[in-house]
Amino acid sequence: MTPLLSVQGVTKRYGAHIGCADVSFDLYPGEVMGIVGESGSGKSTLLNCLAGHLAPDAGAVVFDTRAPSSHDGNTQQDRGPRDTVTMSEPERRMLSRTDWAFVHQHARDGLRMGVSAGGNVGERLMAVGARNYGDIREKAVDWLGRVEIDTDRIDDRPTTFSGGMQQRLQIARNLVTGPRLVFMDEPTGGLDVSVQARLLDLLRGLVRDMGLSAIIVTHDLAVVRLLADRLMVMKSGHVVESGLTDRVLDDPQHAYTQLLVSSVLQV
Amino acid sequence: MTEYNFAYLDEQTKRMIRRAILKGLAIPGYQVPFASREMPMPYGWGTGGVQVSAAVLTPEDRFKVIDQGADDTTNAVSIRGFFERTAGVATTTHTEEATVIQTRHRIPEVPLREGQILVYQVPIPEPLRFLEPRESETRKMHSLEEYGLMHVKLYEDISRHGHIATSYAYPVRVEARYVMDPSPIPKFDNPKLGDCAAIQLFGAGREQRIYALPPYTQVVSLDFEDHPFDPSKADHPCGLCGATNSYLDEVIVDDAGGRMFVCSDTDYCEARQAQGHRGKDAA
Amino acid sequence: MIDLSNVSKTFTLHNQGSAVIEVLHDVCLRVEPGECVALTGASGAGKSTLMRMIYGNYMAQSGSIVVGGVDLVQAEPREVIRIRREVLGYVSQFLRVVPRVSTLDVVAEPLRMLGQPSRAARARAQELLTGLNIPEPLWALSPTTFSGGEQQRVNIARGFAHPYPAMLLDEPTASLDAANREVVLSLIEQAKARGAAIIGIFHDEAARARVCDRELDVSRFTPARAA
Repeated sequence: MTPLLSVQGVTKRYGAHIGCADVSFDLYPGEVMGIVGESGSGKSTLLNCLAGHLAPDAGAVVFDTRAPSSHDGNTQQDRGPRDTVTMSEPERRMLSRTDWAFVHQHARDGLRMGVSAGGNVGERLMAVGARNYGDIREKAVDWLGRVEIDTDRIDDRPTTFSGGMQQRLQIARNLVTGPRLVFMDEPTGGLDVSVQARLLDLLRGLVRDMGLSAIIVTHDLAVVRLLADRLMVMKSGHVVESGLTDRVLDDPQHAYTQLLVSSVLQV
Repeated sequence: MTEYNFAYLDEQTKRMIRRAILKGLAIPGYQVPFASREMPMPYGWGTGGVQVSAAVLTPEDRFKVIDQGADDTTNAVSIRGFFERTAGVATTTHTEEATVIQTRHRIPEVPLREGQILVYQVPIPEPLRFLEPRESETRKMHSLEEYGLMHVKLYEDISRHGHIATSYAYPVRVEARYVMDPSPIPKFDNPKLGDCAAIQLFGAGREQRIYALPPYTQVVSLDFEDHPFDPSKADHPCGLCGATNSYLDEVIVDDAGGRMFVCSDTDYCEARQAQGHRGKDAA
Repeated sequence: MIDLSNVSKTFTLHNQGSAVIEVLHDVCLRVEPGECVALTGASGAGKSTLMRMIYGNYMAQSGSIVVGGVDLVQAEPREVIRIRREVLGYVSQFLRVVPRVSTLDVVAEPLRMLGQPSRAARARAQELLTGLNIPEPLWALSPTTFSGGEQQRVNIARGFAHPYPAMLLDEPTASLDAANREVVLSLIEQAKARGAAIIGIFHDEAARARVCDRELDVSRFTPARAA
């Protein structure tokens, strides 16, 4: 089986400071990987390098463009694995609108706050050529329902939504084109615990039903335990431990992971 | 007259602007940055259009200025006077006679012909700014043809009003490439942008952008399959000349709510009246 | 079906002076289809540790643990996950679930993960919950608020939803009343009858005697510790 994403020796420096160093892993279709570590460990830098927001200084991020994505009108040919670091910017941006999705920690960074909920969900569809208002509207209604937002709110702006609703809207907006790989940066950060639980449940269901692959950056070990199949622990830009999520959390091998796991307050 | 260079601007500035115009003509719809000069009038009064006019005027030209279709409003009169003084060019109010027409917010009703230049005053040249305020990002979107956002604006219109409520500055796609703001002309005028025999130049002074449509360019107004573009106007004939196919202004005529609809293109209306056409409100 | 050879386990406590604790040494165990083996030994002998290693939850320092033809010591995470989804069931003593998910969906989830349609999965979940005497009004609620015994039964229902060819049972009859204990034991017997290889920890000696074919005293593999 070909990995969906093959990360090879990705390194990013900020001057003398290391963002992330020599990170390699393969992500297979349907796999959800968590990246944990404390602030400044390089996990967000790595995520941004993988998602094409930052250009790594070295390494390759090879994405399998082979399978046709599910949105209409995509003319992607049988092209196989491609290094997204060296592909042209238009191609990379096309990927980020079709096969990729990015869920930001702060919904305001991932939403257009001046545009209605329906417009937010419809944007990716229109970006890939949807030109039938009725169809776009129908898809938006469907997706608002799937993320448990009352469809009566379709014409309201996200500024009138609660934090949890905004985050769910961001997810709908990202998943509407049927991406195959979702990058998430602290998707539950800043939300109330009860709201987090609902969001996690929703994400789990979507990941399972859509067969998504995902890379989730978080400092919340409970989040990765619930969502991630496997885990990568980062410290000072380096990957110090990786493996099956419950194995890493329940039987941590590296000193830093042991510290991280033992620092979590038990409830 | 001797204290000004021909058409106010110095020759170096005119060369710079002409280069921008030529580049704009070569890449229809593309916004070319230019070094906009201070003009002896405030921004918003047509500084971009005036600079473009100054760069294309020759002593043989006949110059016309319209503001919302009218030759006799303050803005039109003062810009016409400006070039009479600084360039000494002949002026006219007749569309057919003019070789260079500077306009704010209208395209003349009479079809333009080859050899004419229509210069638009543009307040905001960036059609994507409504939804994406970052200039760095909108330039990238233009270069990569990422125009989904433009339809989001139209989607918002329909979701809020049931139809595309944008009635002026209605976005167009030029030669299936660049999305362009046609300046705040009524959408009624949009069909005249395409396949036009004249050269159309757009100048935004404050924003320092020039863009252009060479003659006979394909210009398509954006829309949805199920909400097609509709260049509608007020459903009345002109009260003065009786024209049924011209763009109309609504004029309040008394304190009792009386009103009439008249052609916004004053030259067109007067020409029709001179030919003997009369509307129901004509004296 | 389950085949352990020369499995050893040490814990290195990096944050406590790098103390190295050797827990198990050279474990060998083979369980055939239809067979049930009980792990015995005093508390702290390493029964749960061994079971967690077989499930891939704890890392073995050496040896091999082959389940369904895959060596879980060497396998990639996705292989371990596939084995857990398709081959190896685990009924732990603790129920760990996403808050807010209904009991019915908690029990149906292993089947959903295998791609079964929602209706069929829920039907199987209903059957198990009914058998384990979980009152129907509770099915729509999250089990996080249930009593210990109820949670344990939900856990068992979830563990038996899919007919796994291999199963790990950690104290499946603990904190159950006689009637429910009987239901669980017959579930285990049914699993054996269809050919499941089972490893269990039973403090309940009568239960152990009834379902287990043989016992393995884990303290045999516990290295003598320095006092």
